[in-house]
Amino acid sequence: MSAAALSVRAGGARSFAGTGTLVRFAVRRDRVMIPVWIAVIALMVLSMPNSLQSVYGTPAARAELMRQMAANTSLRAMVGPVFADSLGALTAWRVGVYAGALAAVMSLLVVLRHTRDEEESGRQEMVSSGMVGRRAPLTAALVTAAGANAVLAVLVAAGLSAQGGAGAVAFGLGVGGVGLVFATVAAIMAQLTESARLARGLTSAVLGAAFVLRAAGDSASSDGSSVLTWLSPLGWLEDLRPFAGERWWVLALFAGAAVVQGAVAYELAGRRDVGMSFLPTRPGPAAGRLGTAGALAWRLQRGSVLGWGLGFFVAGVVYGGVVTGATDMVRDSDQAREIFQRMGGQSGLTDALLAALINMLGLVAALYIVQSVLRLNGEESSGRAEPVLAGAVGRLRWAAGHLVIAFGGAALLMLLTGLGFAAGYGKDTGPLVAACLAQLPAIWVIGGIAVLLYGVLPRGATAAWGVAGAVLLLGWVGPALKAPRSLLDLSPFTHLPKLPGGTVHWPPMLLLTGLAVLFVGVGLAGLRRRDVAG
Amino acid sequence: MTKAITVAGLHKSFGRTHALDGLDLDVESGEVHGFLGPNGAGKSTAIRVLLGLLRADAGAVRVLGRDPWRDAVEVHRRIAYVPGDVTLWRNLSGGEVIDLFGRLHQGGRAKRVRQGGGGRRAGGLDPRRRDELVERFELDPTKKGRTYSKGNRQKVALVAAFASDVDLLILDEPTSGLDPLMEEVFRRCVEEERARGRTVLLSSHILSEVERLCDRVSIIRKGRTVESGSLAELRHLTRTSVTAELARVPVGLADLPGVHDLDVQGRRVRLQVDTDRLDGLLRALGESGVRTLTSTPPTLEELFLRHYAQGADDTDQADDADGVAV
Repeated sequence: MSAAALSVRAGGARSFAGTGTLVRFAVRRDRVMIPVWIAVIALMVLSMPNSLQSVYGTPAARAELMRQMAANTSLRAMVGPVFADSLGALTAWRVGVYAGALAAVMSLLVVLRHTRDEEESGRQEMVSSGMVGRRAPLTAALVTAAGANAVLAVLVAAGLSAQGGAGAVAFGLGVGGVGLVFATVAAIMAQLTESARLARGLTSAVLGAAFVLRAAGDSASSDGSSVLTWLSPLGWLEDLRPFAGERWWVLALFAGAAVVQGAVAYELAGRRDVGMSFLPTRPGPAAGRLGTAGALAWRLQRGSVLGWGLGFFVAGVVYGGVVTGATDMVRDSDQAREIFQRMGGQSGLTDALLAALINMLGLVAALYIVQSVLRLNGEESSGRAEPVLAGAVGRLRWAAGHLVIAFGGAALLMLLTGLGFAAGYGKDTGPLVAACLAQLPAIWVIGGIAVLLYGVLPRGATAAWGVAGAVLLLGWVGPALKAPRSLLDLSPFTHLPKLPGGTVHWPPMLLLTGLAVLFVGVGLAGLRRRDVAG
Repeated sequence: MTKAITVAGLHKSFGRTHALDGLDLDVESGEVHGFLGPNGAGKSTAIRVLLGLLRADAGAVRVLGRDPWRDAVEVHRRIAYVPGDVTLWRNLSGGEVIDLFGRLHQGGRAKRVRQGGGGRRAGGLDPRRRDELVERFELDPTKKGRTYSKGNRQKVALVAAFASDVDLLILDEPTSGLDPLMEEVFRRCVEEERARGRTVLLSSHILSEVERLCDRVSIIRKGRTVESGSLAELRHLTRTSVTAELARVPVGLADLPGVHDLDVQGRRVRLQVDTDRLDGLLRALGESGVRTLTSTPPTLEELFLRHYAQGADDTDQADDADGVAV
């Protein structure tokens, strides 16, 4: 091949021109998002030694934990195997998979935001018409993601150095390595799909597959030696064995995968036009059957409802499946037992654990309902609501379509969760489904607050995320931190019965439901009276 | 009923901004009414009040004989609306959106008998008309919302509006992003609507479009109506340029009412005159003996520039300003 042909394939001699400017531009755009992600992941990792110290304070307790993990396949599938009983090794065991997965999510969001999102919106054309080389945008996105993962790796390594320098460095590099591997997976997906949303979905699917492979491998072997574990980047992180006789050569796997995947992404990018893709969007029907605002709302939200529903069902099956094994472990730790009982109630430990897990999913369902209600806000502020409302559709009927999906969808999610728990636990279908449905009054109150904000203060509607986040935080860490009662009482979830096993007090349930109805009513009255933004 | 839209003394503020400051608008049934004004004059705000999306702070608004805020659904049953910037759902095809908008106008009401609507099907769009419009606008209805260009998104909304069985079309800069061929298709469609007896409120900046289509126009600035009437009437209110060569040096031209920008070079005269004062000027010129005379009526561009430009009002045309004084 002649030199000229080579330079054409490479996109010209200056195919990286402008990369530096684009990196600075990307960092500027992500100046909030990336630091928040890094801070959340780092805090999760760095707070772990203290938490573990409080629960497994003595070497004997830690040795016992290790012995049990070797025997408990279902918990190993969830978290991974334990390789040593030092605090550092336990930290890497307890949060490794999740920190790696979060780093992967951060990386895929960053890469796709600066590649396919930009092309899909048409902004890339404007950027590319400047002094910007053909390969600069992809390079800038990867450099930004790599930089974020490097900062994360340094923070983790520095923060854990008290547990052992070599282990801390290995663990930090491993977490960052997982992020880098998925950054390059996202770079490939960005070339394949035309829509950024699809690219995010496909990359997430790869991440999910990596989790499942590792889980399957770890349930089969107690030392991470299964072939399935070795097929997953999340498995590499545990096979790196931080704080347990580091195997440094495993880092080469991360580097190798990132280099190969990055090369594939560049090759694909060089073979296509800006804005085009290898999986073009399929045409839709020339005529439609949508005829009402409600049908439109379902069409817009059905994918999200089905996705959440599937996730909740699977979570129910998994949690239901590990409950028996987990109970045995918790029984031996006074502290953990106390925490679970504070969250889940006083009766039998299994019931307490089930109640705590169900409550946790109920809190997550609050995020679903906020997202679903705020779809109204998204439709309005984007201007898409305007032509619908210019039809013979009243505002209330338009809003009702989305609200039925939000509030009814929450009920569907909790029903599926209950069925999932029953399937995983293998018995008690009735009580488990009832326990899940008992979360609804509190979830609906959060949904009601979102409707209230949207109807009365549309500019502050996104504050509903803050409400859901605060409730989630109170519910997850409040009991463990022994937060004062008056603070915990602010969350509607505090007033729910501890099911299964507890007794049901109807007045608070009815009060919460009534409160939700009131909030929705006031919100809708506000929506009727105010101007529609556009 | 002879008025499709009546608006009197409409006020609307957003915080400290007075978007509409005493707007008046009368649209007769069956006419194509141009709605003009510079950017930020309040056209879109007014249209959104007419649609019942915004609530008027003060003033009377009737659309098809009803209050659009209170009876929004009933009014919308007989209205089709095309915004200037159409946003579509990313994963719905254009065809799906067209049919959705069409059915939304029926508000889920199964059947609606309409007098003189021969062949028109209730419960949605007339499918034949829809297909014909899709073809005329050269729209591919199978593409997904996110893949349409600006012009094509505009076509989706236009097809839905023109295929709907309604009495009033409200079009807010509907041709933005359309190529000249498609603009021509659009004009034909508006003419067909007029022939069918429908009313059209057309907000536009394209003067040739306004000149060809509109029976009457209203011009607004800073939230108020500054002029309303047929184009001929509006022309009458503006100035004509006159150049003349006279037999003698003229005297007293500067004192004539309605004469502006007078430039006398010996026996050559150039001036501007208010069109309704042309008569008096010609008499005065005649006294000096006219050798040659060129009179240029105002172009539409001049007409609009005069109304759009800031501060070009008041002193010369005090009678106009009276109607809208604070």
